[in-house]
Amino acid sequence: MPLTPITPYHYLVLSAALFSIGVVGVMVRRNIIIVLMSIELMLNAVNINLATFSYQLHDGAGQVFAMFIIAVAAAEAAVGLGIILAFYRNKETLNIDEMNTMRW
Amino acid sequence: MTSSYLVPLLKIVVILNAVLVSVTFMTLLERKVIAWVQVRLGPMRVGPYGSLQPIADAIKLLLKEDITPARADKWVFTLAPIVAMVPALIGFAVIPFDREASFFGYRVSLFVADINVGLLYLVSITSIGVYGIILAGYASNSKFPLLAGLRASAQLISYEIAITMMLVSIVVMAGTLSMVGIIDAQYNAHVWYMFVQPVAFVILFIGGLAETNRAPFDLPEAEQELTGGYHTEYSGMRFALFFLAEYANMIVVSSVATTLFVGGWLRPFPNVQWLGVLDYVPGWLWFLLKTFVFIYVFLWIRATLPRYRYDQLMRLGWKVLIPLGIANLIVTATLKVLF
Amino acid sequence: MLESIVFYTLATLIIGFGVLVVTTRNTVHCVLFLVANFLCVAMIYVLLAAEFLAIIQILVYAGGIVVLYLFVVMLVNLQRQPATAPGRRPQARAGFALAAVMLAELSAILVFSASHPASVAAAAPPAPSGMGNTTMVGLLLYSDYLVPFEVASMLLLVAMVGAIILARKDA
Repeated sequence: MPLTPITPYHYLVLSAALFSIGVVGVMVRRNIIIVLMSIELMLNAVNINLATFSYQLHDGAGQVFAMFIIAVAAAEAAVGLGIILAFYRNKETLNIDEMNTMRW
Repeated sequence: MTSSYLVPLLKIVVILNAVLVSVTFMTLLERKVIAWVQVRLGPMRVGPYGSLQPIADAIKLLLKEDITPARADKWVFTLAPIVAMVPALIGFAVIPFDREASFFGYRVSLFVADINVGLLYLVSITSIGVYGIILAGYASNSKFPLLAGLRASAQLISYEIAITMMLVSIVVMAGTLSMVGIIDAQYNAHVWYMFVQPVAFVILFIGGLAETNRAPFDLPEAEQELTGGYHTEYSGMRFALFFLAEYANMIVVSSVATTLFVGGWLRPFPNVQWLGVLDYVPGWLWFLLKTFVFIYVFLWIRATLPRYRYDQLMRLGWKVLIPLGIANLIVTATLKVLF
Repeated sequence: MLESIVFYTLATLIIGFGVLVVTTRNTVHCVLFLVANFLCVAMIYVLLAAEFLAIIQILVYAGGIVVLYLFVVMLVNLQRQPATAPGRRPQARAGFALAAVMLAELSAILVFSASHPASVAAAAPPAPSGMGNTTMVGLLLYSDYLVPFEVASMLLLVAMVGAIILARKDA
């Protein structure tokens, strides 16, 4: 069976599927670290999208934007995990259902 | 079309075999060098002057009982040595041994791939290699390996930053990230970068020692500390894989130092015509000779220097090498723009 | 032909590892599947002729951010039992429904634009300039996008200081 040549639409479908998987992860899982990892999956899906359009339109701006997203994701992961560590030291839980009081 | 896949495949097979054989015999070389430094003889029984000792070691390790700790994570326990070994081996894909050599009438380039982000590829492979240590410490389901694994990986990621700063200074000098391009830039500049960037050379050496967990930075795997470090619970061939990965990493770091600082396959004084008699020595032989010198210095340092304590190690990485690397980068970039 | 095989293999691996990240109980296994996912995404970037982005993905994402996740997971999750199954909560159903709606909407956009190809102005490929992907990205970063570059470095500095302060044990 001859395989069809790969058009940019294939990459866009892949990116949409990965984004939906990330959304499922954020909505369904209770462990906050896995929620943060699902957010990273969504950011990767967006990066694939940007790289595809950069390839299709022969413009380097898409790749530059993707690199800025990677930098911002690094910053967000560092601060987010710092917050989780500080919270865990106080309340000993990682379940976001139990992270619901402002003071205890 | 098949020949364009066959030649790289053959190169990969040859390089992998050569690397695996060299790491096994490097264990013998290390024991011999350390023994001679300590005025004794080292392994002498197996084979003439102990030269078949690695084969005896390999047979012993293959026949050992394969123990997995109870309630350890089986998949991760098996995966950790593999994740430690694979980055050490695939780093050899971008190391250039010579530009071109002729074998049986074919002219073939003696590197597997000359990608134009070659140096960055090596740095990213090094950062993947950290996983082997973390996973080994975690999968053993025991306190000592876990703490040692976290310590070792913290050491590795700290010195990665210093090495990356130093590599960026070299890239600023050479104007390209590809390994072959850097050797060409040294040929065009008529000087080896070791003389132009001595600070970067020192940082690469110290950082390379720390990255490969070699003495004097081998606290995470020393027997006296934390009862053996992150590979305490490993036995048999898995244990051997960790050590082979460490030696393969050492060869990669030595090859990178050779390429970046002493001109790779270039003979000494490559632009001086009347020394042309040295051209009869093929380029890959110069490369292997220079790499061997660096490996020997690694082993020599292990035999000579005492071990750093962990906080001294981290202080050296963060407070000395990283500012030095950044200062070197600023000075290099300024001078490159002005001249 | 080879590109099709590579793309379909990588796409299957990416979706497979993504599903495994979202569904695995054991957090350390989740992180490992995330690393595998990121490595496959880096290979997709190589297919899209973005080599510098691929190497940065491996270096920063797989080699930096996920190592950070692994550290935190190990420091935090040591004595805990794996999280209990979510069960039939209305929130889980809402999550799946939202993801299905999003997937349907994105597919509709794609199908619509695929059947109206004239709406996207086809850019003519520029003359091959002989400079690599790294050089092009570097030139763009330092000429057109210099201000976002400097702002991003400020952001990373602030994040670094913030993470150190947040994670420090109060003496």
